[in-house]
Amino acid sequence: MIRSDRSDTSEQPTLPPPFSNYHLDIAYDEMFREGGMARLPYQELYQRLLELSMDTLHQRQQAADVAFLNQGITFTVYGGDEGTERIWPYDLLPRIITSGEWEVIERGLTQRITALNLFLKDIYHEGRILNEGIVPRALVYSCKHYRREMQGLNVPHDTYISIVGSDLIRLPDGAFAVLEDNLRVPSGVSYMLANRQVMKNVFPALFGSYDVRPIDHYGQALLNTLASLAPLMRPDPTIVLLTPGVYNSAYFEHTFLARQMGIELVEGRDLLVHDNIVYMRTTGGLRRVDVIYRRIDDDFLDPLAFRHDSTLGVPGLLNAYRAGNVSLANAIGTGIADDKALYAYVPAIIRYYLGEEAILPNVETYLLTDDSHLHYTLEHLDELVVKAVGESGGYGMLIGPYSTAVQREEFRRAILANPRNYIAQPTLALSRAPCFLDGQIEPRHVDLRPFILNGDRVTIVPGGLTRVALRRGSLIVNSSQGGGSKDTWVLQHE
Amino acid sequence: MLSRVADSLYWMSRYLERAEHTARLLDVNLNQMLESAQYADLRWERLYRSLRIPALESGADEAYRVTQYLTFDTANSASIVSCLASARENARQVREQISSEMWEQLNRLYLRVKRTSVEAIWHAQPHVFLAGVKDGIQLFQGVTDATMNHSEGWHFIRVGCYMERTSQTATLLDVHFHSLLEIQEPFTNASLDYMSWVGLLRSCAAFEAFCKVYTANIQPERIAEFLLLNAESPRSLRFAATMMQNALQSITKITTVRNAGRVERLAGRLRASLDYDQIDEILGGSMHSYLENIQFQCRQINEALYQVYITYPIDVALTS
Repeated sequence: MIRSDRSDTSEQPTLPPPFSNYHLDIAYDEMFREGGMARLPYQELYQRLLELSMDTLHQRQQAADVAFLNQGITFTVYGGDEGTERIWPYDLLPRIITSGEWEVIERGLTQRITALNLFLKDIYHEGRILNEGIVPRALVYSCKHYRREMQGLNVPHDTYISIVGSDLIRLPDGAFAVLEDNLRVPSGVSYMLANRQVMKNVFPALFGSYDVRPIDHYGQALLNTLASLAPLMRPDPTIVLLTPGVYNSAYFEHTFLARQMGIELVEGRDLLVHDNIVYMRTTGGLRRVDVIYRRIDDDFLDPLAFRHDSTLGVPGLLNAYRAGNVSLANAIGTGIADDKALYAYVPAIIRYYLGEEAILPNVETYLLTDDSHLHYTLEHLDELVVKAVGESGGYGMLIGPYSTAVQREEFRRAILANPRNYIAQPTLALSRAPCFLDGQIEPRHVDLRPFILNGDRVTIVPGGLTRVALRRGSLIVNSSQGGGSKDTWVLQHE
Repeated sequence: MLSRVADSLYWMSRYLERAEHTARLLDVNLNQMLESAQYADLRWERLYRSLRIPALESGADEAYRVTQYLTFDTANSASIVSCLASARENARQVREQISSEMWEQLNRLYLRVKRTSVEAIWHAQPHVFLAGVKDGIQLFQGVTDATMNHSEGWHFIRVGCYMERTSQTATLLDVHFHSLLEIQEPFTNASLDYMSWVGLLRSCAAFEAFCKVYTANIQPERIAEFLLLNAESPRSLRFAATMMQNALQSITKITTVRNAGRVERLAGRLRASLDYDQIDEILGGSMHSYLENIQFQCRQINEALYQVYITYPIDVALTS
């Protein structure tokens, strides 16, 4: 059990301003080595920060904030006042990843996505991995994202997951580990791209002095990935982005990506299915749709097949999909592979399909369907993180060390009522990176979400979204829970 | 272009035109009320019918209540704030299709109106507020012309604007000519008569333009001729029908829809009748049924537009 915010003050190095409040602790620090020396890739940034006045930093921060405001880069917070629009806090200082570190991440994620895609194909076909007892059958069939409708269906090029955003964290020893896979409708890529634009505007000289690998081609890479899914005999496919509409928290991202790719942004009511072919209703008549990048969850896609009360989807879409007349990215039913309980089996899944050991390790995970794990977890609720298996966005989580007795009691009851619905993990010391806050530079916990595209081959734009827990000591980086973000630089050379 | 997007742009534009019309009508009537309060009942009655809304109870504070009802009453779907809210909601649905400048202008206008209350404007001159609304909408139209591509979406915005204007102006003319000409006994009060006709022109933002053509010699036939058949005034029905037809022709050309014939014919017929009809014949017959017929043709064009571009039946679209 690691506690991240208990600094060991005895060996605390004293750093010069504006770093006077910068205290190192057990968590891996992205900028400083033990003893307070800046790590090699951060040395130039460190020097620059010592020279720049805080007023200059303030001005740049304001320039960045105004840029986000003017572009309307906002997200919606659920609950509270109806659809409150907020700007996502942007931290001025970049997070730097060396080419060597990136090379490991890239190989690790490629391996992981390849194996998970094979796993999905197997689950929805013969189920060899279940027959051989590597993954328990009950775990898969009890997953709420398992879709019986997908059984035996062949998807184009056997690609189930085309667009992935995996959450990585850095452990105290400096190694990256996978915290979660997001295989349904991961979001955040627009912030990665917007952060870079703003960074280049407010820190052009600093940015230019580093040899940072570009990420601007993401839109084109995404379009190519989607085009690769087009049904056969449709050489010039029509690709659309399906959004739930203006009230969705990621609506800004949907409009942004549609614009970047130059494709139509559609809602369910713009589409219709006739003779198992999907059309969109345009002023020039009906136009056939070949590929749908859907930003709507499975449940809401087709009221005839899934939730009947959904008005966001398209009646008949599942049948058109089954007939092979339209492709979806991602496929239906991919959520079984990012179930938080199934996550514990990913290293075994990689071993089974690829005959390799996982390059990026998992975080230790307790499955509460196992009696000894359950017992241990209930005994140590005040030390562990408990997560609901099917949730995302930081909802449905208990962080033991920061919880109250009442919250722990609530979770204890919920776990006992349905152990399959929860997993537990140790409270981890996420690595920390320097942030410009209130005229000081202080460390805050960060994670990293790279965006992986799986088309004809796996493409990962060198970068990702570094999310920051802006509240001191907080470990939650989600935008809905007081998190912010940083630009992420992957360097060209060591 | 997606049919839903065309629908939103069309209605955004209609709601804005409607809000501007309401603001102008209210402004003109409040202004005239200052001079001839004894005819208040007649005036309010005409205002209600011009806007096709139910009459409020008459009483001493009617002006105040009418103002509240037509500006800030969110329960009244014809009030300025409701029209602006509907226009903004339509714009929000297609934010990526309009320019950021358009969105910002509309958003600013809406937020300004929403923050204001009738108490605040009643003592500090409702005229200032109403002029601000008109300015805000006209600025939006200018920003639209200057920043948006003059392609399909822009043409739908124009169709919406001129459709709304044709319909509102026709109603206004009908109400005024009915109450001013068809009253049995001739008017004894010449000044009231004069003010009413000027009020009609001002309600169409056409008083000065009228005087340039006919001088200030106000005659009902001339007003009818000007508001119906003038080719140059942007407030006349003929001008609006011409603009509507032009925009619809551009849309047909861009979309290359094959069954657009009906909407083209209907728009062309309306324009042609306003191009060639004679004012003495119109006044010699029934002005009321002439205007009713224009309203009917507008509804037909509106329906045909939806049939061809927006809510067309699927089987028709599949076979064409």
